[in-house]
Amino acid sequence: MAEPLLQIRGLVIEATSYPPGEPPREVTLVHGVDLTLERGKVLGLIGESGAGKSTIGLSAMAYGRGGVRLTAGTIHLNGREIRLADAKALRSLRGREVTYVSQSAAASFNPARQIMEQVIETCLSHGLCGKAEAEARAVGLFRKLGLPNPETIGNRYPHQVSGGQLQRCMTAMALCPKPDLVIFDEPTTALDVTTQIDVLAAIKEAIRDTGVAALYITHDLAVVAQVADEIMVLRHGRMVELGETGQIIHAPREDYTRALVSVRSLEHQEKPPAPPVLQVQNLTARYRGTNFDVLKNVSLDLPVGQTLAVVGESGSGKSTLARAITGLLPPTQGRITFAGRQLSADLKGRTKDDLREIQMIYQMADTAMNPRQTVGTIIGRPLEFYFGLRGAERDRRVQELLDQIEMGKGFADRYPAELSGGQKQRVCIARALAAKPRLIICDEVTSALDPLVADGILKLLLALQAEAGVAYLFITHDLATVKAISDKIAVMFKGAVVRYGQKSDVLTPPFDDYTDLLLSSVPEMEQGWLEQVIAHRRMESAGN
Amino acid sequence: MHPILKLVVQRIALGLLLLLAVSAVIFLGVEALPGDTAQAILGQQATPEALANLREKMGLNQPPLTRYFQWLGGILTGDLGKALTNGADIATSIGQRLGNTLFLAGCAAVIAVPLAIILGLVAARYAGKWPDKVISGITLTTISLPEFVAAYFVIYIFTQAIPIFQPVAMVFPGMSFWAKLQAVALPVIVLVLVVLAHMMRMTRAAILNVMQSAYIETAELKGLSPMTVIWKHAFPNAIAPVVSVVMLNLAYLVVGVVVVEVVFGYNALGQYLVDHVTKRDLPVVQAVGLIFAAVYIFLNMAADIIGILANPRLRHPK
Repeated sequence: MAEPLLQIRGLVIEATSYPPGEPPREVTLVHGVDLTLERGKVLGLIGESGAGKSTIGLSAMAYGRGGVRLTAGTIHLNGREIRLADAKALRSLRGREVTYVSQSAAASFNPARQIMEQVIETCLSHGLCGKAEAEARAVGLFRKLGLPNPETIGNRYPHQVSGGQLQRCMTAMALCPKPDLVIFDEPTTALDVTTQIDVLAAIKEAIRDTGVAALYITHDLAVVAQVADEIMVLRHGRMVELGETGQIIHAPREDYTRALVSVRSLEHQEKPPAPPVLQVQNLTARYRGTNFDVLKNVSLDLPVGQTLAVVGESGSGKSTLARAITGLLPPTQGRITFAGRQLSADLKGRTKDDLREIQMIYQMADTAMNPRQTVGTIIGRPLEFYFGLRGAERDRRVQELLDQIEMGKGFADRYPAELSGGQKQRVCIARALAAKPRLIICDEVTSALDPLVADGILKLLLALQAEAGVAYLFITHDLATVKAISDKIAVMFKGAVVRYGQKSDVLTPPFDDYTDLLLSSVPEMEQGWLEQVIAHRRMESAGN
Repeated sequence: MHPILKLVVQRIALGLLLLLAVSAVIFLGVEALPGDTAQAILGQQATPEALANLREKMGLNQPPLTRYFQWLGGILTGDLGKALTNGADIATSIGQRLGNTLFLAGCAAVIAVPLAIILGLVAARYAGKWPDKVISGITLTTISLPEFVAAYFVIYIFTQAIPIFQPVAMVFPGMSFWAKLQAVALPVIVLVLVVLAHMMRMTRAAILNVMQSAYIETAELKGLSPMTVIWKHAFPNAIAPVVSVVMLNLAYLVVGVVVVEVVFGYNALGQYLVDHVTKRDLPVVQAVGLIFAAVYIFLNMAADIIGILANPRLRHPK
C-alpha cells in the first residue's frame, strides 16, 4: 500500500499557562495522539473546547498557535518528517501541500486587500502558476462553491461580502494552490443554520471534485457526519474513539461518544396556557439615524413562569426585541405590558422595580462580568442595589445563590478568569436571579458553550424556573435548544414574527416557507442527510 | 456625493474653523499682555500725549474686534504688517525664513520618515531579538540626548574627527541647491536623530498590534516569508497610527527646532520668533504664531485624511 498522506505518531503538544496570581506553569494539551490520513480521505476530529482538536489539526502544518510547542512524536506529511523541519522547509509546504480554513473567515481575510489578491497569493508566492492561471483557477472555484458573480467577486473587499460568502471564499483560497490536504477548522460554526447547509454542501462538493484530503474539525457531530469518512473523538487531548462515520454515530463504543451522540436530545414538556406576565403589542422599532424598521409590528405574550423562545437568524431582530423590552431602545410604536402595568418606552421612565423584575443574561458571559471583581461581589451587587443587603446577610444570600446554580462554597472568592465557560454562565444566571426577577431575557446564553455544557445550563434554567416561577424570553438561533426549553415559540424573519404559538403547534406541519427552511436546515445525525436535503431543495426549486 | 469625499471635506472645513479659532486665541493672548505696541515702541518713559498720538496713528484706539478683523483681513491679503523693531515688512522677512525652515524640515523628513518606518518594520520582525534591541537602544539614546548635546557631538565628529562638513549652516539667496544641501547636512543629521525614535517605536507598536490578528496567522499559514507578512499584510493595516505620529514629528521639525537653528547659526523662523519675543515685537510674534499653528493644523488634518483614505471600509462602502 502507498504511504499515507499524513501520519502522526505519539504527538505531544505543550504550552505555558499563565494563571492569574500564580507562577506560570507548563500544561500538556495533547498527550500522545496517533493519526493516519490516506490521500483523498476526510477525517473528522470532534470534541469539546479544550479537546485539542484545532491544536492537532494545525500540527499537520507543524504550526503551534500562540506559543504552543510540538514537543514529542513524529509528523510525517508526504513521507517527510515535519515536526523538526526548519522555518524555510515549513514555509515551502505551508500553503502548497497543506492549507487551512478557519472558523471566522471575516477575521482571517486581510481587511485592507481585495479578495482575489488574497486567494491567489499562495499560488504566486510559491511559484505554482502565473497570475492569469491563478485567477482563472480562483474564478472556477468561486463558481464551483456557488458564489454569486464569480467573475467579479474577487475584486471586492472582505467587508463587502456576507459571512457565508466569505467562508466560501476562504475555502477557495485553501483549494486554489491544489494542496494535498486542507484543514477545515469549524468552517461553518459561526454561520446561521440556513447558511451553514449551503456552505457545507459547497465544501463537500469541492472536496469530492478535487480529490483533496481533509481534516474536518468541529464540535458538532451531526455536521461532521455529513462530510467525514472516519471520525476521531477527542477529549482532554487524548483520543477517545476512532471509527468509520457510520459506526461512530450508530454504534459508539465509548460512553463519552454516546454522550456526544445523544446530546441535544433534551425534550421539554410544554406547559398549559397561563395568563401572561409580558405582553408585547404591535411593537415597531428602528435605530436612531436610520429609516429602516428593525422590528415590524411584533406582538407576543409570555405566560407567567413559562418560556417563550424567539428563533431567527442573525439580523432577524431577536436581540433588538430584547433591547426594546428592556427599554434600551424605545420603540416608535406599540406598547409593552408587564405584570399588569404598562412599561414606559424609555429606560428613564421606568421604576426601580421595573428594572429589578426584568433581568438579562448574555451570550458572552466573559464580557458580561467585570474581570476585576470576585464572583461574590458580582452576585452581591444586585443584592445591595435592589434590597440593600450588607455584610453577613449579603454573604449568606450569595452562598444560597451559588448553591442554586450548583456551584460550591469556595467560588465566592474566585475571579471570572478562574472559571470555565459553563461556570461563568452560571454566575451570570445567579446574578440575574439575585434580583428576584419575574422575567429573565436570555440572549443566546448557550451559543458559546460546548453541547454537553449547554445541556447542563438548560437543565439548570428549567430547574430554577420550576423553583422560582420565573419566565424566560429565550433568544436563540438554535432549534435543538428551542425544543429543549420552550413552551411557546416565535419565529422571526427580517424583523417580523412569521410564526407564533404553542411549541407543539409551531413545530407541527404545515409550515410556512421560512419555518420549513429553518427546520429542514438543522443537521441530523444521519449520513447522507445533506445530499437528501440538497436534492429535495433542487427538486422543489425546479418544480417552481 | 461619495461618503469619503464628504468626510474629507468635513475634515478640511473643520481644520479651517480651528485655524480661525486659533487666530482669535493668539490675538487675545497678545492683547492680554500688559502694555501695547505703542507702549513697546515709545518705552516706559513715554508721555501720555505721545502714546495717544501714536495709538491714533496706528489705529490702536479702535475696539479690539475691529483690529482683529483688520489683522485677519491683512493676513488674507498677504499683509502681515510691519515689524516694530526695524519697520521691515513682516511678510517679506518671514517668506525667506519660512523657505529655510521648510528646506531644513523637508531634508530631515525625507531621511527620517522612511528610515524610521524601515527600522520599525525590522524591529517588529525581530521583536524581542537582538536587532530589535539594538534599534530600540540606539534610537532611545538619541532621543534622550538634549538637542544641543547631540548637535555638539555631531559637530565634533564631522568637523573635528572626520572633517567633511562646515560647523555653521549658513544659507543665503542664490546658493545652489547642492551647496544648500551641504550647508544643512549637520543640522539635518541632528534632527533625524531626534525624531527617529518616536516614529520608529510607533511603527513597531502598530505592527505588533496588527500581528495579533487572525489574518496574520492566515498569511503565515500560506507559507509567506516574515517580511512579506509584515509588509503586505500588517503594514497596510497599521498606516493610520503611524501617519499620525509621522505628522506630529513633521510639525515638530517645522516649529520646534529653534535650539538646532541657534547652534548651527541657521537663519530660519524659530530664531526669528525668539528674537522678536525678546524684543516684544508683538506683530511679528502674532504672525509667526499663526503660521506655526497653521502648520500643526494642516499636518494633523493631513494625518486624519490619510487615515480615512487608508481605511478600505470607508474607501469601498458596501
